[in-house]
Amino acid sequence: MREAHVVTSRVEEPGSTFDESPGQRSPAKGVRRLDRVVIRFAGDSGDGMQLTGDRFTSETAGFGNDLSTLPNFPAEIRAPAGTLPGVSSFQLHFADHDILTPGDAPDVLVAMNPAALKANLADLPRGAEIIVNTDEFTKRALSKVGWQADPLDDGTLQEYRVHPVALTTLTVEALKETSLARKDAERAKNMFALGLLSWMYHRPTEGTETFLRSKFAKKPDIAEANVLAFRAGWNYGETTESFAVSYEVAPAAKAFTPGRYRNISGNLALAYGLIAASKQSGLSLFLGSYPITPASDILHELSKHKNFGVRTFQAEDEIAGIGAALGAAFGGALGVTTTSGPGIALKSETIGLAVSLELPLVVVDIQRGGPSTGLPTKTEQADLLQAMFGRNGEAPVPIVAPASPGECFTMALEAARIALTYRTPVFLLSDGYLANGSEPWRVPELSELPDLRVEFATEPNAPDGSGDFWPYLRDPETLARPWAVPGTPGLEHRVGGIEKQDGTGNISYDPANHDHMVRTRQAKIDGIAVPDLTVDDPSGDADLLVLGWGSTFGPIAAGVRRARAAGGKVAQAHLRHLNPFPANLGEVLGRYERVLVPEMNLGQLAMLLRARYLVDARSFTQVSGMPFKAAQLAAVISEALDD
Amino acid sequence: MTDLLKLTAKDFKSDQEVRWCPGCGDYAILAAVQGFLPELGIARENIVFVSGIGCSSRFPYYLNTYGMHSIHGRAPAIATGLASSRPDLSVWVITGDGDALSIGGNHLIHALRRNVNLKILLFNNRIYGLTKGQYSPTSEPGKITKSTPMGSLDEPFRPLSLALGAEAGFVARTIDSDRKHLTSVLRAAAEHQGTALVEIYQNCNIFNDGAFEVLKDPETRDSALLRLEHGQPYTVNGEEHVHDVTDPDPTRAFALSRLSEPTPIGVLRAVERPSYDRQLNAQLEQAVTERGEGDLGALLSGSDTWMVR
Repeated sequence: MREAHVVTSRVEEPGSTFDESPGQRSPAKGVRRLDRVVIRFAGDSGDGMQLTGDRFTSETAGFGNDLSTLPNFPAEIRAPAGTLPGVSSFQLHFADHDILTPGDAPDVLVAMNPAALKANLADLPRGAEIIVNTDEFTKRALSKVGWQADPLDDGTLQEYRVHPVALTTLTVEALKETSLARKDAERAKNMFALGLLSWMYHRPTEGTETFLRSKFAKKPDIAEANVLAFRAGWNYGETTESFAVSYEVAPAAKAFTPGRYRNISGNLALAYGLIAASKQSGLSLFLGSYPITPASDILHELSKHKNFGVRTFQAEDEIAGIGAALGAAFGGALGVTTTSGPGIALKSETIGLAVSLELPLVVVDIQRGGPSTGLPTKTEQADLLQAMFGRNGEAPVPIVAPASPGECFTMALEAARIALTYRTPVFLLSDGYLANGSEPWRVPELSELPDLRVEFATEPNAPDGSGDFWPYLRDPETLARPWAVPGTPGLEHRVGGIEKQDGTGNISYDPANHDHMVRTRQAKIDGIAVPDLTVDDPSGDADLLVLGWGSTFGPIAAGVRRARAAGGKVAQAHLRHLNPFPANLGEVLGRYERVLVPEMNLGQLAMLLRARYLVDARSFTQVSGMPFKAAQLAAVISEALDD
Repeated sequence: MTDLLKLTAKDFKSDQEVRWCPGCGDYAILAAVQGFLPELGIARENIVFVSGIGCSSRFPYYLNTYGMHSIHGRAPAIATGLASSRPDLSVWVITGDGDALSIGGNHLIHALRRNVNLKILLFNNRIYGLTKGQYSPTSEPGKITKSTPMGSLDEPFRPLSLALGAEAGFVARTIDSDRKHLTSVLRAAAEHQGTALVEIYQNCNIFNDGAFEVLKDPETRDSALLRLEHGQPYTVNGEEHVHDVTDPDPTRAFALSRLSEPTPIGVLRAVERPSYDRQLNAQLEQAVTERGEGDLGALLSGSDTWMVR
C-alpha cells in the first residue's frame, strides 16, 4: 500500500518526485487555479487511451480531487487503424468540490490522430484546448476520415486553443538511447501524452512510475521506456513555449467524509461486494458466468480471488452459467451469475426455476444498449421490464440498482441479503456506465458491513409430528422456506419446477393450491423489507419531484443542482429498490404536483409508476448509448418548473 | 446419522407414488437403482439426483435422497455447479434421449469434456414420451410419428459415439430389463472418478414399444448382443480383440460405439483423468497456500488509497 496521503490545501509539486532531471518547476511559467476540469483522451483503439485515462484518474484520485470518469470505446477490439469507428476515448472530470458526472463537454481534448480529432470535435465548446499529435496528420490519415485539407492549417480549429505536439517524434527521440525498435518506442507515445498532461495539471507522478514498473515487471526495458516517455512528456510541458501556463485544481477536501479512500470502478466494486457478501454470510461464493461485455470484468476479478474460497466457473453458455450457480445454491453456496441483457434473455427459464425452487441466487445484469446484440460497449437501462416481467408465469423477482460505481459494492451486499433472507433469485441492475466508470470510494470498515449469516435447516419440521422434513414450510415473518442442504441427515427432500403443495413440497396439481402458491410467492416478494425512499428537497416546498433509478443519479443530481442555483424549487429522489418499491413511494409521489422521470430507455420506470400509483409521471428519455448530460437535464427540469 | 450397514433398497424409496405408465421400462431401472444404492456405502443425505424434463426425469421424486427435478436439458449444468462446490457429495444425473441429446446437448458434451464428477444415466427409448410420441434425436431415420407422418428425415445420434467425441472418460451401455447387467454397469460408473455416461436402453411401451425387443427376446438376444467384459476377447467381423476399457486411445471404443449388429453392452471405456471438481478445489487450496486466506480488509483497500481527515 502506498503511504497514506493526507489531503491538505497544498498542491504537491510533481517535479519534486523525480529522482533525476528535470527537477523543479520553472517559476517563469504561470500557474492558474481552476475549480474543475474535464479532459478527454482520444485515440485509436490500439493507442492505449483507456490505460492513459486510468493512470491520470489514479493520479487524480490520489491527489484528493473528486472525480468521475466515462470510458467510451468501440465493440471491435481493433477496428481498422485511423478510422472513425476505431476511436476510443476516456473522459475524466475532476474538481476541488464534489461532482456528480464525468462532465458534459471536455475543456481539453487530447487527440492522438485525425480520427480522434474528428470524432470528438463536435463535443468541444468554443475555447477548449486541443492537444494534437501532429505526426499522425498525414495526407493519408486525413483522407481516411474524409478531410481533404489539414484541419490544423485551414482554420477549422480557429475557435479553439490548439497545442500542436509531435508526440510520436518526441517520444522516439526520448527513447533513442534505449534498445527499443522504433515501432516499440512509438507505442510509448501515450505515456508521453500522460506526462505532459500530468505537468499541465500538477498531478503526482510517482504512482504512475510505480505502476509502469510493476505492469512491465517481466519486460524491464519496456517499463523503463514507458517511464522515460512519461518523464519526457512532463519535461516537454515544462520547457516548451507552447505551454505557458499550468493549472492547479485543489483537492476536494470538503467533498468527502473522513476516511480511507480509493478509486473504484462499478464492476470492481461489484466483485468486491460479492466477496464481502460471501464473507459476511459465511457461505462460499460460486460464480457461474459466460463472457459478455460489459460484465466479463466481474468474472475476471473474481477468478483472481480463489484464496477467499471463490469458485468461478466459465460455463459453455449463459444457461449453464446460471444453472451451475443454482446447483451450487442448492448445495449451500452463495450462487451468483453475471451477464448483460442478451444473457438474461437466455437465463430466464432458470430464473423461473429459482423462483419456483425458492433458493437464493444473485443475478447481475450489466445493462447495455439493446435490443439483441445492440450496442455492447454502450450504456442503457432498458432491461428494467425484462427483469421485472421477463419470465413465463407469475414469477416475481426482487430488483436492486446501484446509483454510482461505488454503490455497486453496497448493492451487491443488499442483493445477497435479500436473496439469502427470502430464498429467492434477486436482480442487480447495473449498466455499462457504472461498470466502467469510476469515482473515489470510501473504503468501508469491516465492522460497517451487514451481518448476512444464514441458518441452514438441521431438524425435521413437519407440524404433524411425523419426523418428516417439509421443504416448503414457511417462516411466518418472511415467508421464506427452510434451506436444507445436501449432507444434512434426515432432511432428504426433492424440489422441482413443477407446482408443489405448500408445506410438504410434494407435486400438486390442485387448483386451489396453485392459486395459493402463486399468491404466496408474490406476497413473499412484496413483503421484502426495503428502506424508505428519502427525498432531497432543501426548500421544503417544491412542486416538482425528479425521480430516477440506477446510473442516472449523477446527471440528475447535477441537473437538479443547476436548476436550484437558478432559483428553481425542485425535489429529488432516487430508487435503489425497484421490486418491491419502498413502502413510502406512493406517499412521496402524492406529495408533488408534478413528477419527472428521466430514464435511459423509453419510460420503463414511468410505466411502472403510472400503473402502480396512478400518478401522471412524465418521462424524459434518451437511448443514445450515452449518459445524460447535466445541462440537458437542467434544461428539462427548468422547463418542467415553468409548466 | 444413518446406519450405513443396515441400508436396504427400501431406505431409498420415497413416500411418493410412482406415476409412470404401467409396463414402462423406468420401473425396472428404478428398482435396480434402489437395489444398488445401499451397495455404495454412502449415506442417503450425501447422495443427490438431479434430472431435467421428460418421463425419466421424474426419477428423483421416487428416491429418498436429496433431489432436484429441474428444467429441460439443464441437469448436467446444474449438477456441475453442485458437484464442483460440494465434492463431498455423490451426484447423479437422470436424463433421457430428448433431454440430454436435443435441448441439453450442449451441456452434456461440456460436462463430459470437463470431466465433472457426475454419473449420468441416459434413459434412451428413442422417442419423446411425455409430449406424447414425437421422434427423438435417437429415433431411426424414417420414423413415423405424430410430428413426422411421412417419416423423420434426420440422422440419429449414437449417444456413446457422441460422448466419446466429447472426450468422455467413461461410457457404458446397458438394458432396463437386465437387472444384473444394469447393476454391474452402475457399479462400474460409481467407481469411476469423473463423468460417467451410462446409456440405458429403455422401453416405452406406449409410444415406441419393442424398440429393443431383438436385444431382449431369448430367441434373438444371444446373437444380437455383444457382451463386453474387460480383459475378455470378443469377435467382430471375424476379427478377435481383447477388450481393454483402460486403453487411452479411444479408437476401439469408438468403433464399438458405432456397432449395431451385434449391439455391444457393458463398459466401452473407463479411462481416468483428473476430474474438474477436484482440480477446481485444488486451485482454491493452492491459492490459500500461496497467498494465505483472503483478507477482506486488505482487498477492499487495495494498494492505492489516501486518507481524508
